[in-house]
Amino acid sequence: MITELGHFALILAFLVACVQAVVPLIGAQKRWPGWMAVAEPAANLQFLLTAFSFAALTYAFVTSDFSLRLVVLNSHSLKPMLYKVSGVWGNHEGSMLLWVLILSLFGAMAAWFGGNLPPTLKARVLAVQSAISVAFFGFILFTSNPFLRLAVPPFDGQDLNPLLQDPGLAFHPPFLYLGYVGLSMAFSFAVAALIEGRVDAAWGRWVRPWTLAAWVFLTIGIGLGSWWAYYELGWGGFWFWDPVENASFMPWLLAAALLHSAIVVEKRESLKSWTILLAIMAFGFSLIGTFIVRSGVITSVHAFANDPERGVFILAILAVFMGGALTLYAARAGIMEAKGIFGLVSRESGLVVNNILLAVSAFVVFIGTIWPLIAEIAFERKLSVGAPFFNMAFTPFMLVLGIILPVGAMLPWKRASLRRTIKPLIPVLVLALALGGLAWAVQSGRSLLGPVGVFLGAWLVFGAAVDLWGRTGRKDRLARLMRLPRADWGKAVAHAGLGITMLGIAGLMAWEEEDIRVVQLGEPWNVAGFTLELTEVNRVQGPNYFSTMGTMELSKDGQPISTLHPEKRQYPVARMPTTEAAIDNGFLRDVYTVIGDPQDGGGWAVRVYYKPLANWIWGGSILMAIGGALSLSDRRYRVAAGARRRQAMQGVPAE
Amino acid sequence: MKRLIFILSLVLAVPAYAVQPDEMLSDPALEARAREVSKDLRCLVCRNESIDDSNAELARDLRILVRERITAGDSNPEVKQYLVDRYGEYVLLKPLTGGVNWLLWGAGPLMLLIALVIGIGYLRKRQSGTETPVVALSEEEQTRLKEIMGE
Repeated sequence: MITELGHFALILAFLVACVQAVVPLIGAQKRWPGWMAVAEPAANLQFLLTAFSFAALTYAFVTSDFSLRLVVLNSHSLKPMLYKVSGVWGNHEGSMLLWVLILSLFGAMAAWFGGNLPPTLKARVLAVQSAISVAFFGFILFTSNPFLRLAVPPFDGQDLNPLLQDPGLAFHPPFLYLGYVGLSMAFSFAVAALIEGRVDAAWGRWVRPWTLAAWVFLTIGIGLGSWWAYYELGWGGFWFWDPVENASFMPWLLAAALLHSAIVVEKRESLKSWTILLAIMAFGFSLIGTFIVRSGVITSVHAFANDPERGVFILAILAVFMGGALTLYAARAGIMEAKGIFGLVSRESGLVVNNILLAVSAFVVFIGTIWPLIAEIAFERKLSVGAPFFNMAFTPFMLVLGIILPVGAMLPWKRASLRRTIKPLIPVLVLALALGGLAWAVQSGRSLLGPVGVFLGAWLVFGAAVDLWGRTGRKDRLARLMRLPRADWGKAVAHAGLGITMLGIAGLMAWEEEDIRVVQLGEPWNVAGFTLELTEVNRVQGPNYFSTMGTMELSKDGQPISTLHPEKRQYPVARMPTTEAAIDNGFLRDVYTVIGDPQDGGGWAVRVYYKPLANWIWGGSILMAIGGALSLSDRRYRVAAGARRRQAMQGVPAE
Repeated sequence: MKRLIFILSLVLAVPAYAVQPDEMLSDPALEARAREVSKDLRCLVCRNESIDDSNAELARDLRILVRERITAGDSNPEVKQYLVDRYGEYVLLKPLTGGVNWLLWGAGPLMLLIALVIGIGYLRKRQSGTETPVVALSEEEQTRLKEIMGE
């Protein structure tokens, strides 16, 4: 019964979204306040109905209602509760329902917090947002309905893929979707502004928090996914340049570009046209990502035939929204004239370079991701584009970005002197070069990757510190440091986080050591200065799996460090094995152990990795997310209403 | 969810985890070369994984094949060519530069060049442009402003 109500609520939400997409738009055009006012309650209603529908599906999973097809395919009565819940979005249909739930949540939030928006802009934003909802409600109801029943329910379900039964991955999709879908707000604002025909500083201020929030969520989502891959897939890889990963990485890069260019719109009323285009493209890449993941077209062209309906539907959504928005953009871009004047050396120019690097690097990822498809269709060459290509083609952009970042971040607006900006950074540059040189001397004769990473990390982290310190003036510097706007802190923390992530990636890739061997019980061996000993191997039974669990003693110079328990699990229901690596986490390094199969001649196949600076990759990601959150909590967003009143009194069009 | 399909390909592959001790060559220099070559070769039945990382049976066969060729005295490019001759360029994770692939390799630098030209053009224009006058309020907004100002 609850399932049917959930299904019904979803259909109602679809209808409400249809109304919300049309009525406020006409109202805004004709200046009918009544019609415009429909948007707000409709957005609330749409969210409540979708939330109810999602709750109904969750209920079915939690109570293991095996009359529901989706529950049978993705759940099992013995599964731990956390994974019963996360099973809701661990499949195509349920994850699409989560997608529209977040979409309608963002719409409702725009209605709740949009009190200071001009009424016509607000009505248009909510209508465009709802148009996206309509498309995805339609997608769910017509091609991927999660509420289908089975005529003959089985006794138990087929279980969730065991690799997904993991806390890291349980929360990975919701964050990723919050990010993807958050970009829909930037898109809605861009399209509404194009319809409205006005983009000003106020617009930049409104659109930036949404972009920032989306970027923070994407950062967390991608970080969680990469961390999960690191400890779960069994060889400690953290990024594979897989099309599906790229699908989340491209919006991240574009969102990063967008949140920087929106600053220029907000502060200097320049780069407007580009910012609008970027907002459209960022969400466009979210949709492309959805298309890549759901259709399977990039993995193999033939996979398209497996589910042509879904792929074509998403392609149609992509075509309508991108085609429509870009046509509108082409028609209206002319009216967005830049206002601010600035010199060639200025913060504005620095941010333009930032945008060029981020956007072009996103383009490189995009070309690499779709090239196999283009080559096969247009040139009849069946080829692969993998990690070696991306490492070569993408990395230089990040290198240049890292080098210019601390300087660009400190350039003043309008007109700057390069010499005066660089002066306080010279000690940092010397220090960073010295540290890089030290790393190079210590490692002797390996690739430059590690030292370059050390240089970049130090340059970015200390550069951010100098930037922050430089803002404190002359007296009471410490007290002033604490009172600096949170946006300044956010900027410094996020930039330092980027440096730490870069250092982590470079360090891990350059200095990793690996050891694969057959070991006998009780015979110690050495890896990268550590001593390991496999003392026993036991069979253990978990809630819904059997496990082969090794016990390894890790020590260094005779001092015991820890006891590790790498596992190999077998999930009988899903009939699949997983490896559970045991990791000794350290500040400067991880020791990563995996147990393999028993060997014919006795002993076990064991692999041990020494992974320097591994945790810095995710530590840096967390810092980036914290930086974004700090910036988001800046006072100027909390008191935006007051700011608007002041602007209105100065006679600048704020509405 | 992001990796669901990727994971599914792992499901289909099963046991044997990546490089096994029994496949490895006893000469560490040759083994290191084998690892290096393996990282650039695609496991044909997997999703964008190198044979070095993959758990699939086929990847194991290819790893052993690579080691056979290396032991037979092939250079690294020769080993790759040997596999390309048999499986096509699909097996290479790092695409060749020849033919139409210049588009792939050149896309980044080309786009950067275009972006730089546009960017510099824009910056020059902003440098010498004049401050455009503030757009006047529409009539409707004038009325609203009066309301706010308490008139």
